[in-house]
Amino acid sequence: MDDAMQDTRAQDRATPLAYAGAAAGGMLRFLTCGSVDDGKSTLIGRLLYDSKQLFEDQVSTLERDSRKHGTAGEEIDFALLVDGLEAEREQGITIDVAYRFFATERRSFIVADTPGHEQYTRNMATGASTADLAVLLVDARLGVLTQTRRHAFIASLLGIRHLVLAVNKIDLVGFDQDRFDEICADFRGVVDNFSFTTVTPIPLSARFGDNVTSRSENTPWYAGPTLLEHLETIEVDNDLADRPFRLPVQWVNRPNLDFRGFSGTIASGAIRPGDAVTVASSGVRSTVARIVTYDGDLDRAGPGQAVTLTLADEVDCSRGDILVRPEQRPEVSDQFSAHIVWMSETPMLPGRVYLLKIGTRSVAASVTDIRHKIDVNSFQQIATKSLALNEVGVCHLSLASAVAFDSYEENHRTGAFIVIDRQSNATVGAGMVQFGLRRATNVHHQAMTIDKAAHIRLNGHRPFVLWFTGLSGSGKSTIANLVEAKLYSLGYRTYALDGDNVRHGLNKDLGFTDADRVENIRRVAEVAKLFSDAGVLTLVSFISPFRAERQMARDLMPPGEFIEIFVDTPIDVCRQRDPKGLYRKADAGQITNFTGISSPYEAPVNPDLHLETVRADPVELAERVVKFLIDREEE
Amino acid sequence: MNEIAATMRGTRFMDHLDRLENESIEIMREVAAETRNPVMLYSVGKDSSVMLHLAQKAFHPSAPPFPLMHVDTTWKFKEMYRFRDEAAKRAGMRLIVHINQQGVADGVGPITHGSAYHTQVMKTESLKQALDLYKFDAAFGGARRDEEKSRAKERVFSFRSETHAWDPKNQRPELWNLYNARVRGRESMRVFPLSNWTEADIWQYILREDIPIPSLYFAAERPIVHRDGMLIMLDDDRLPLEPGEAPQMLMVRFRTLGCYPLTGAVLSTATTLEEIVRETLGATTSERQGRVIDRDEASAMEKKKREGYF
Repeated sequence: MDDAMQDTRAQDRATPLAYAGAAAGGMLRFLTCGSVDDGKSTLIGRLLYDSKQLFEDQVSTLERDSRKHGTAGEEIDFALLVDGLEAEREQGITIDVAYRFFATERRSFIVADTPGHEQYTRNMATGASTADLAVLLVDARLGVLTQTRRHAFIASLLGIRHLVLAVNKIDLVGFDQDRFDEICADFRGVVDNFSFTTVTPIPLSARFGDNVTSRSENTPWYAGPTLLEHLETIEVDNDLADRPFRLPVQWVNRPNLDFRGFSGTIASGAIRPGDAVTVASSGVRSTVARIVTYDGDLDRAGPGQAVTLTLADEVDCSRGDILVRPEQRPEVSDQFSAHIVWMSETPMLPGRVYLLKIGTRSVAASVTDIRHKIDVNSFQQIATKSLALNEVGVCHLSLASAVAFDSYEENHRTGAFIVIDRQSNATVGAGMVQFGLRRATNVHHQAMTIDKAAHIRLNGHRPFVLWFTGLSGSGKSTIANLVEAKLYSLGYRTYALDGDNVRHGLNKDLGFTDADRVENIRRVAEVAKLFSDAGVLTLVSFISPFRAERQMARDLMPPGEFIEIFVDTPIDVCRQRDPKGLYRKADAGQITNFTGISSPYEAPVNPDLHLETVRADPVELAERVVKFLIDREEE
Repeated sequence: MNEIAATMRGTRFMDHLDRLENESIEIMREVAAETRNPVMLYSVGKDSSVMLHLAQKAFHPSAPPFPLMHVDTTWKFKEMYRFRDEAAKRAGMRLIVHINQQGVADGVGPITHGSAYHTQVMKTESLKQALDLYKFDAAFGGARRDEEKSRAKERVFSFRSETHAWDPKNQRPELWNLYNARVRGRESMRVFPLSNWTEADIWQYILREDIPIPSLYFAAERPIVHRDGMLIMLDDDRLPLEPGEAPQMLMVRFRTLGCYPLTGAVLSTATTLEEIVRETLGATTSERQGRVIDRDEASAMEKKKREGYF
């Protein structure tokens, strides 16, 4: 240990909690990756065994299992130690990322063992997301393979700075230096495409232990460190403390009326009481009053620390916001460019609405444009219309509302996101922000003096968005007109947005393809949101055939403000009524993409109101809507 | 502060423990923020003690915004019941105790029915009953990845189907600190905030933070019988002696706590936390070795987990 490090330690003792995460020397997280049969599991088993991390009973279980399932004859099969699941033991392959733990006197380690099998590449990205270093295995006999290139690429993409090229099974090429040098040269050709800080090739044999924890006599030509020595001593850059302060607010701590704290883990930078802070998305400013922890208030807190801040002023701040320093603001935008690794069997489609979790914020989002996908073998950019499982693309995303973020390169914690499927709730993708797009970038929100609450006070009622959805000719506009007339007479400020009037103006550039329908609804929803901000009760009558877009509109508004009204009329009845003669034309093939005929209508699953027009007349139905609204307002 | 704890404060171990502590706190806050009705499963052992301590840290000055729940098999050590009630009181948290009453009515126990069936009925089934009864959508458990092979692959946020089943081949990818806690209907999450802790970390942390743990963890003279290679303590008169068996007073302690007829003691003279830490760091057998239920075959735990065991 060098003197500089000891000095840091001495300072740390003065404020015991202030160094968490900052001094990375204590723990190294790394992942192992490589192709099937390169010996990853064997290598980890060997590290655990040689560093005396195994208990006697684990060794005896291992010996018993080696005889039963092992592939190493009479010898211990170290791979069995880490191939945890039954199915894997039977198939002899690792199918999921597993975490292992060992410690030496110098360091403790968390190892992510990630599979090399092609279809499980998503697991490699998972393991890499929390790793400081990657150990990439190649079989000395086979050298650099497609998967090797892929794994180097993913390690680089996920921001890993340090790479070890473990040239395994060196015993099987007779400990040949020329072969080792050849592989190193091939690999240099691969990593020249990336910007790793260190790349360390080591010739080793996981099975027999050469150069794993002790220097091998079989490779006298190799002067570098053993694998363990390298892992124990490598300095992993960690300058998070010097980066701009970021605290993503995770949870608002409110035990009583006198205390309001913002709990979260500091992503980067440091903070002290008295420091000015700003809520990144709204621009509201305040000052840190206290840094509260269970072990007492702190006079300084830094990266990795889970703290609770109280502020000097009552500011509007909640989960999903990021507290930053006023002079070091992140980007705030509802559009950005990002790398996405797709992790689902169902391909990613532009225009489809997903849920995006970035920091502590969850927001609906869709990909507006896949710029290209990246061929992981040639690293070439290829044009594409979708991303399939294990594909990596550069995409433009549009979010339902603006969020604060940094580029992933600047800050992993404020620049990473996961993509969640809204139907299954599965995690289907992982993303890394490159940069914000267009207008919203660096245009920071001004805190408005006349805000929504002021509008509401003046109007004397809460705003709502009444969203009428249903087939063409189902009676949406008829009912909406009756509702608006009634509300007007009751003193509500209202405005009606109708499919036809909006399409003649704001949306006259849009047609009826699926993509245009999505954009049509997005614009209408945004307009409804503006009216709503102005305190106006808005009635929207649009076919709005897709669930995802109606959900997007709902998500734009505060909870409870969006009321989805399903005007349910069977298509035969609509066709009979045919007020505009459209069904006749559609049936005659004169209109393409007609909802209900040549384009789908996804009926609401749980509408706030379900109006069946064949069971009641429009006046009666309108009264139900008004009553529902008045009840909702009194809640 | 005692001497070892004072020494440890200055070492790299503290960086390591602080990182683990902060990570666990972040996980707990995420659950509080993202789930509707969470609960913390409390099993009275050392891991539960650490988990409870971390929960108090995570939400201070608020009390943890969820209750504790003990799934009681009715065969725990007597001291565990006393300790449990005191711990809940100290933390100011509501304690739910759930017992599978059907199992009680059927007289299910580890001695009469064997460890596997007893665990299935009084623990696994009982836990599912309780989760259904209270409609919890997230349950914290104190399991660690270093405990057992199948646990090494489990997510921190581990998705369970409507029937509480775990599908190891269909787990959600878990990247960075971005946990996906979303469930629908009667689906739920098991959340393991101690995933990345090792047994040594747990003990060092208990020492550093001075966390109360049941005295069963400390060596004392206890009435012991040797059975199937294990040292079983006679905690009450429900454990019938087999022919030729005679209880012996031995200086022992426990490395894990469970149902007393299923929990093996180890010979030890460690009567202080410092001595336990020293013994643990130099231990040559894993802690789960003291558990009858894991010994049947190597994949026993994975089977139990698929069925909904914690």
